[in-house]
Amino acid sequence: MLITCPYCGPRDVIEFTYQGDGNRERPQPASQNLDAWNAYVYDRLNPAGDHNEIWQHSGGCRAHLRVVRNTVTHEILSTAFARGGHKTEGRS
Amino acid sequence: MAEYSAFSLLKNALTGNKDWKPAWRKPDPKASYDVIVIGGGGHGLSTAYYLAKEHGITNVAVLEKGWLGSGNVGRNTTAVRSNYLLPQNTRFYEHSMKLWENLSHDLNYNVMFSQRGCLNLAHTPAQLDDYARRGNAMRHLGVDAELMNVDQIKRLVPALDVSGSARFPVLGGLMQPRAGTARHDAVAWGYARGADRRGVDIIENCEVTGFLRDGGRITGVSTTRGEIRAKKVALAVAGSTGQVMQLAGISHMPIESHVLQAFVSESLKPVVDTVLTFGMGHFYISQSDKGGLVYGGDLDGYNSYAQRGSLPIVDEVMSEMLALFPGLARVRMLRSWGGLCDMTMDGSPIITAGPLPGMYLNCGWCYGGFKATPASGWCFAYTIAKDEPHEFNAPFTLDRFYRGLIIDDKGQGANPRLH
Repeated sequence: MLITCPYCGPRDVIEFTYQGDGNRERPQPASQNLDAWNAYVYDRLNPAGDHNEIWQHSGGCRAHLRVVRNTVTHEILSTAFARGGHKTEGRS
Repeated sequence: MAEYSAFSLLKNALTGNKDWKPAWRKPDPKASYDVIVIGGGGHGLSTAYYLAKEHGITNVAVLEKGWLGSGNVGRNTTAVRSNYLLPQNTRFYEHSMKLWENLSHDLNYNVMFSQRGCLNLAHTPAQLDDYARRGNAMRHLGVDAELMNVDQIKRLVPALDVSGSARFPVLGGLMQPRAGTARHDAVAWGYARGADRRGVDIIENCEVTGFLRDGGRITGVSTTRGEIRAKKVALAVAGSTGQVMQLAGISHMPIESHVLQAFVSESLKPVVDTVLTFGMGHFYISQSDKGGLVYGGDLDGYNSYAQRGSLPIVDEVMSEMLALFPGLARVRMLRSWGGLCDMTMDGSPIITAGPLPGMYLNCGWCYGGFKATPASGWCFAYTIAKDEPHEFNAPFTLDRFYRGLIIDDKGQGANPRLH
């Protein structure tokens, strides 16, 4: 599996650390909404198909990336910085 | 007389082996059942078996989307053990161990359960202390555990590199002598035959495509072979749990599906006669009765439904094997494959009534489901029959995550790829 880092270009998956489901929404630190915290920590969408997920290029530029990847074929559909900005479309 | 015995072998040999019955029938689904079990893997089949045997509920269908035993029950590395730290896990898996010890007799089917022991190697003083603590916790609950020193380990596994010059020198290990391995396919076939003989319908090539409802209550399933109604619908679908729950309208679960690879080498003469695990990584190995080394390591580490893995883990697993057994460097790998693991947020399973009325849920086996097969079915059948959990599965609820009652044996936190 190759992930195309917006800084570094296409790199082998062993350079990256998986950080899981990118659909989760972290509550504000001061939030006392237990349901929202529980959902953030424990609930996962876990689709068979396109999955919005976060990876870190821990063996490279260390940027956090938002990757859309198919969990059945392992095809990567897009890569972008997790905070927004430059996006690489197309498979790798 | 038992259906399989020395006498029946002789009798059928004399009559040309023409009178053996198929191990299970191929019935068409009926319009309704008392209980439908979705998933014809080890856990689904053992659930049906114990529903019939322990609770007299025989109007049961097991629905399997592929062929029987095509999932994880035929894909695992066959280790059976109960060497956990936390009492909830220890009690449950020790109950499973006790069922394993009598399983071949109970099923009248040789599951080739071999109590060859399971040895966890320690490579640092802190790790050895941790193993001593876990061993004491096990003995406290009546489970066998022995701390071994390097000389004992060298005698037990002569091929192991226990020299001080090893990359990670072995300092000792924790042995559970009653642990071992079993023939995984035989477990599926034995439970299937036992359930079938008690009247359970095992329906293969029957994929569930939706749930039937009456108000909020689940009253059956729609399948590729038509609608089937049932008073109770039980899920035992492992890596497909998220997919099947979405059919029931539940989009989020405390579960991620990951891929785990397993490997078999060419056949060798006996070289490892126990189940051995590496302490400085994630690696486990045993040797099958045919002589192949059966081994595996970590998850690939990202969500996957592919039932196949990627090369970095192959490379890592082989490195770990050679760190322990430099002498195996020229052994050739015969086969590798992948299975889907339903990883929970605390590494422990879920066996519970609900979450919807009329539904029962058995999932979250991470990559430890094979050894749990007997107790999982036994506890799930109890829960389905009595609408309340047995004390062995009472801690394994779905809502434990939201009530601060997680059972995290490794202390890894809510990060499924690390359990």
